[in-house]
Amino acid sequence: MISVEHRLAIDDLFADYGAYLDGDRLEDWVELFVEDCVYKILPRENVSLDLPVSLILCENKNMLRDRTVSLRQANEYSVHTDKHLISNVRIKGPAAAGGYAVEANYAMYQADNEGNGSLYSFGTYVDEVVFAGDGPKFRAKTVIVDNWSIPHMLSTPI
Amino acid sequence: MSLNVDWQRSDYSRVPYWLYHDADVYAREQDLIFRGPTWSYLCLEAEMPEPGDFRTTWVGDTPVLVNRDRDGAVHAMVNRCAHRGAAVCRHARGNTKVHTCIYHRWSYDLSGDLIGIPFQRGIRGEGGMDDDFDKTQHGLRRLRVACYKGIVFGTFSDATEPIEDYLGPMMCGHISRLMFKPLRVLGYQRQTIHGNWKLYLENLRDTYHASLLHEFLVTFGLDRATQKGGVEMDARHRHNLTYAHAGSDSDADAKEAYGGHQLNSDKLTLRDPRLLEFRQEYEDDRNLAISTMFPNASFQQLNNSLATRQIQSKGIDAFDLIWTYFGYADDDQDMTDHRLRQLNLFGPGGLVSMEDAEAIEIAHRASRHEGPSAATVIEVGGKGEISDRAYRVNDVPIRGFWSYYAELMDIEPEGAVR
Repeated sequence: MISVEHRLAIDDLFADYGAYLDGDRLEDWVELFVEDCVYKILPRENVSLDLPVSLILCENKNMLRDRTVSLRQANEYSVHTDKHLISNVRIKGPAAAGGYAVEANYAMYQADNEGNGSLYSFGTYVDEVVFAGDGPKFRAKTVIVDNWSIPHMLSTPI
Repeated sequence: MSLNVDWQRSDYSRVPYWLYHDADVYAREQDLIFRGPTWSYLCLEAEMPEPGDFRTTWVGDTPVLVNRDRDGAVHAMVNRCAHRGAAVCRHARGNTKVHTCIYHRWSYDLSGDLIGIPFQRGIRGEGGMDDDFDKTQHGLRRLRVACYKGIVFGTFSDATEPIEDYLGPMMCGHISRLMFKPLRVLGYQRQTIHGNWKLYLENLRDTYHASLLHEFLVTFGLDRATQKGGVEMDARHRHNLTYAHAGSDSDADAKEAYGGHQLNSDKLTLRDPRLLEFRQEYEDDRNLAISTMFPNASFQQLNNSLATRQIQSKGIDAFDLIWTYFGYADDDQDMTDHRLRQLNLFGPGGLVSMEDAEAIEIAHRASRHEGPSAATVIEVGGKGEISDRAYRVNDVPIRGFWSYYAELMDIEPEGAVR
């Protein structure tokens, strides 16, 4: 039985996740993960073929920090605004190493610097959420991209 | 159809913008380049090890089906039914004994021969086709295929020279180095870039941009113009290799050279520096060796990230870029993990490659609707002769690309440099 408090807290975690990315709060976004975390973005094609290649692979929180620092200081990318819609959150019960296995669908729209927009990415989050002292955090987040031919480029996280 | 191109110069140091944006030019490229006397990259043999294994791909706008026959031979054919023009094979990959079009169930064997037509003789003597219909004349259109060091190439033209001559010693050397032992495919990345395909072929030949656009390279010392390196081309200057030697410059050299340009290497460090670790795998100490094959592929090593890139034109305004990553069959888990970690450097979200898409899209957008004389400037590394350079600040191989392009398109200027 999953407590109502945990359910609501997981919901809030997903809401913060989308809001921080859409609000260009990358440093706050990093804080939604525990130190010993894994974040990766996988093309659905490779998942189907059981091949390991990712689009982004961060094997711990330091790699998330590195990616964020690089985006801020060492990369040039399209001027854009994102909007995440996250829904169909399924809390699938305890994960193997404690915490919860959680899945959700996402759609992410992107607008350019002239106000033109399109559906940029959609797919599924396959996550592991743990409750640390100060609430829920992601121990693992795998973004499986259904439209895996990435439009333009992939800069800020999905 | 004839094209009237005002090159302004004979050494391709000016290229008119309209060549990137013109429908007639694009149609002619499909005929004279992609279906002309060139070899195109199709796939890797490691992707289709077993008889019956197939892959579908594109050469320019033409859909292509590649498969391995029962005797082990690799065939490639146009993936278009001889009957109504539908794609015969609708899957990216798989294994089959026969290819059957879903529309009217015409079927083809693994060599592309038409072997089955439902109701060819009609039903109870009614309907069907005339007796003179000759199945042998309606197979799938075949490409010539060459497998070189595990890479599958195809060409539509009987006039194309043998693959080793087409590649030349420089490309053969680079490919042999990269493919020096059996491969294991690790997976794919794809992206759609909204720019003309030629802008990417140029980008791959432009060593000048690398450490200026891709600040990550300079900031973290992965690839700097101060490193020992350069560019090499084949005799016809249609392919190129850009290379650099590991650890061949210092932070002090770089700081002096880049001057005002931000060089943050003392302020910024990676918290997880494994991303930049270079494990020497080849006899030489090159940590960067990226070659580009005319007209549709690139073969890359940066540190221990290994990949092929395939360019598929999608009209004037877009192309698909497909990255196929690999390691070697004898990699242990630690080495595989290392390669997967370094994947962060490349692809649509690569820390050292994401900018290319943006650069191409802004160049494409801003150069539309120009008159016949507005042109790009290509003269870093000097004008005139097109030749190898043992230094990195140059874009000479772009002129090599255009010289071969113009030859194939039959639009060379008077006294053209080749």
